[in-house]
Amino acid sequence: MLVVGDRVVEVGTVDAPPKGSVELDAAGCVVAPGLVDLHTHLRQPGREESETVATGARAASLGGFTAVVAMPNTEPALDSAESVRNVLDLATAATAEVAVAGAISVGREGLRLAPMAEMAQLGVRLFTDDGAGVQSAGLMRRALEYATGLGVTLAQHCEDATLAADGAMHEGGWSSRLGIPGTPALAEEVMVARDLALVRATGARIHFLHLSTAGSIELVRRAKADGLDVTAEAAPHHFTLTDACAAGYDPVFKVSPPLRPASDVAAVKAGLTDGTIDAIATDHAPHAPEVKDLPFDQAPPGMLGLQTALALALTELDLPLARILALMSWQPAAICRLDPAHGGGQGGPVAPGAMANLCVIDPGAVWTVDPSALASRSRNTPYGGRKLTGRVRHTLFRGEPVVVDGEARR
Amino acid sequence: MSPFPAHLLSMDDLSPDDIGQVLAVADSFAEVGRRANPKVPTLRGRTVATLFFEDSTRTRLSFETAAKRMSADVLSFAAGSSSLKKGESLRDTVETIEAIGIDAVIIRHASSGVPARVAQWVDHCSVVNAGDGWHQHPTQALLDLYTVRQALGGGDAGLTRFEGLQVLIVGDVRHSRVARSQVTAYAALGAEVTLVAPATLLPPSLEGWPVVAVSHRLDDVLEKADVVSLLRVQSERGSGAFVPTLREYTAGFGLTARRAAQLQPDAVILHPGPIVRGVEIASDVAELPASLITEQVSNGVAVRMAVLFLLLGQGPVEGVHRA
Amino acid sequence: MAERERSHTRPRGAVFVPRAQVMSAADVHRATTRMAHEIAERNRGLEKVVLVGLQTGGVSLAEQLAATLAEVEGASIPVGTLDVAFYRDDIGLRPVLPEAATDISFDLTGTTVVLVDDVLFTGRTIRAALNALGEYGRAQVVELAVMVDRGHRELPIRPDYVGKNLPTRRDEMVDVSADGVSLGELVTR
Repeated sequence: MLVVGDRVVEVGTVDAPPKGSVELDAAGCVVAPGLVDLHTHLRQPGREESETVATGARAASLGGFTAVVAMPNTEPALDSAESVRNVLDLATAATAEVAVAGAISVGREGLRLAPMAEMAQLGVRLFTDDGAGVQSAGLMRRALEYATGLGVTLAQHCEDATLAADGAMHEGGWSSRLGIPGTPALAEEVMVARDLALVRATGARIHFLHLSTAGSIELVRRAKADGLDVTAEAAPHHFTLTDACAAGYDPVFKVSPPLRPASDVAAVKAGLTDGTIDAIATDHAPHAPEVKDLPFDQAPPGMLGLQTALALALTELDLPLARILALMSWQPAAICRLDPAHGGGQGGPVAPGAMANLCVIDPGAVWTVDPSALASRSRNTPYGGRKLTGRVRHTLFRGEPVVVDGEARR
Repeated sequence: MSPFPAHLLSMDDLSPDDIGQVLAVADSFAEVGRRANPKVPTLRGRTVATLFFEDSTRTRLSFETAAKRMSADVLSFAAGSSSLKKGESLRDTVETIEAIGIDAVIIRHASSGVPARVAQWVDHCSVVNAGDGWHQHPTQALLDLYTVRQALGGGDAGLTRFEGLQVLIVGDVRHSRVARSQVTAYAALGAEVTLVAPATLLPPSLEGWPVVAVSHRLDDVLEKADVVSLLRVQSERGSGAFVPTLREYTAGFGLTARRAAQLQPDAVILHPGPIVRGVEIASDVAELPASLITEQVSNGVAVRMAVLFLLLGQGPVEGVHRA
Repeated sequence: MAERERSHTRPRGAVFVPRAQVMSAADVHRATTRMAHEIAERNRGLEKVVLVGLQTGGVSLAEQLAATLAEVEGASIPVGTLDVAFYRDDIGLRPVLPEAATDISFDLTGTTVVLVDDVLFTGRTIRAALNALGEYGRAQVVELAVMVDRGHRELPIRPDYVGKNLPTRRDEMVDVSADGVSLGELVTR
């Protein structure tokens, strides 16, 4: 493949590479459209000790992502044109495209609508109060109506606060034995059901963030069968880890929504296989050690994800590579409107003329996760020491090789 | 005989044999406590620290007395002192402990799992859980067992009488670390445990809990009880929002004089303290001969001495058989 | 059991294998009777004498001595039992559980305490016993009666009444029971 500038120019055989070309060895690898993460926390502004736009983008590149959607639960929240512009400016030098998801409500407080049109003017296409769900049905209905008029998409972190009630892990057998307050599956499912009813009534579109329970997935399955405009994502930790992981009280296993029992994990895998779930999104949630190292119930929830997501999908899901790429590249790209620059030919081969946002994957490479070797400022990965199969060898962002032989170039 | 565990974090750490050992050794320490000078040199040169992130003068004093009666040096870090700020990294606290060279650390914390995490990080220190969040309070359960064994005649004979014993655990099980420890403890010795609580004060799941029954009506199960173990209504741990009023709680689950009269003649009443008179137990019921609440407190020191002795007072364990 | 046995330094699964019987049950009985007479004789009467048997090996011997003294002198001697687990100088080095709670229900002040044990070996158990005894009052005199003195003292402790002097190798073990006294070895399985 020949890439000139930011475009793919030749695919197949390249007889005469121009003088001065950089050669990247891709023997045994698959050249794929760059991955797109619908759900990343870059922590800037406000929590730069845990991550910055630059460090998060570097982690993304190493994970094969050429675009990420930055969540708005920064400090202050991304609920205005000014704050969005600030992040977009920080991202101009980043090694991946940073799209911003704006907040649905001012301050993410769930009381008043945020100025979505102003943010949309800057290119924001996805809005969410992620970190929390919009608790008021009335406000959510109004937001859906307004969003429809604007042609943007709302995304929901489904969690009813009164049912979740300070839960730190899944409410069930494990939480009862460990003496940790639990958050029931019901807390997620109640809001999924509510929002589907609102979508049914308003004709709006909705995207569900990090679905984690069998009940939620079944609700979405039926809604899609009914023709509702619904998409959904799942995070790798929800198809690779269970609530039993909390037994040692290590806060690295604390996440929202929490890790669930094996039956829910199986449901997530089934949802990814049958198309109910459209995307794998990392929910990359860095927390510096001094922030995360608290007793389980006090620690902030969240795990790193950018550098392990692809390998976890390849190792743990019984799906062909093309299907995994659909879930991690062109389907998420379509949901957040970053196609066609990202996601390539929507399932077709990378064609000449396409924007050179590519990742070169070695599907057979075996490696062990080393928390101290990750590019993130934080270390909170639950996969330390785990052996995974499948690794990103090179990543090209707009034609620039930002990752070569597994090392970030800048 | 397998070695005694390195830490006491949960009743789950102890086999029935371990429990028997703690109770037998506690008999010897109870005798020490009856002497004019209740002190033995057993832990001389060792340092025991109490790390109480959650206030509890009674339990802390009980542990400190236990350690001092064995001639250990005692360091005491209490909540509210500048060295234990909320949110301070646990790891830093643990490093300080190791640097000072403490042999045993006794931890109480409002969050479940803190003693377990500390135990994962220390190399040369034994960790004793003095109560973590809703999770476990093993020495409380052990002293309860000791007290009941005493009432059953004491010694090995008393121990065998736990088999088939009818035990009621009454109250806010959902938020109670004492209840979780007690259920494991009584069941380990063969007793049959019934949980008695309003539905909202039971844990969301009883999967894996060794209980034989659950009841929402105390009056239905009082008559067959051999042991009535009352739990505190823990307003500081959120019980309040789970029942409409304390009055309703007492009407359904308080051990009133009328209810106490329905108990079998040999039935005994326990409570981990501090009791709230008129809520979990009527004032006059607390003074009945059947109530072993004061015995529980005095047994606490001997049982805690036994625990410290078994954790610290032994080297590599071996056994001998006679040919 | 001998002091070494009490210290429980057995490798896991080791078994005591007797090799020779050095005292028969009858020999033990005769020695006990003789020691009882010696106690009475040395103390010129028994008004101030109390017997304290060390757990577990010294307890039945103490009871035997008391019974014999009651028969012979018509005196009822107070008998107590003493567990020295909490006074050992090797705590933390080897596992030593108390066998039973100490039971000395009388004040030792001004008495002649005859400590009773089955085997005297390094002397450390007796030293721990002397420390423990101090908790029960200030005895006027403390004497020591043992069924077997097997040598290898590590402390300046000597018995006043001995059933039998038995030279032994350090690695041998002495077992005292109702059937007599045997010499043997620990064999690891």
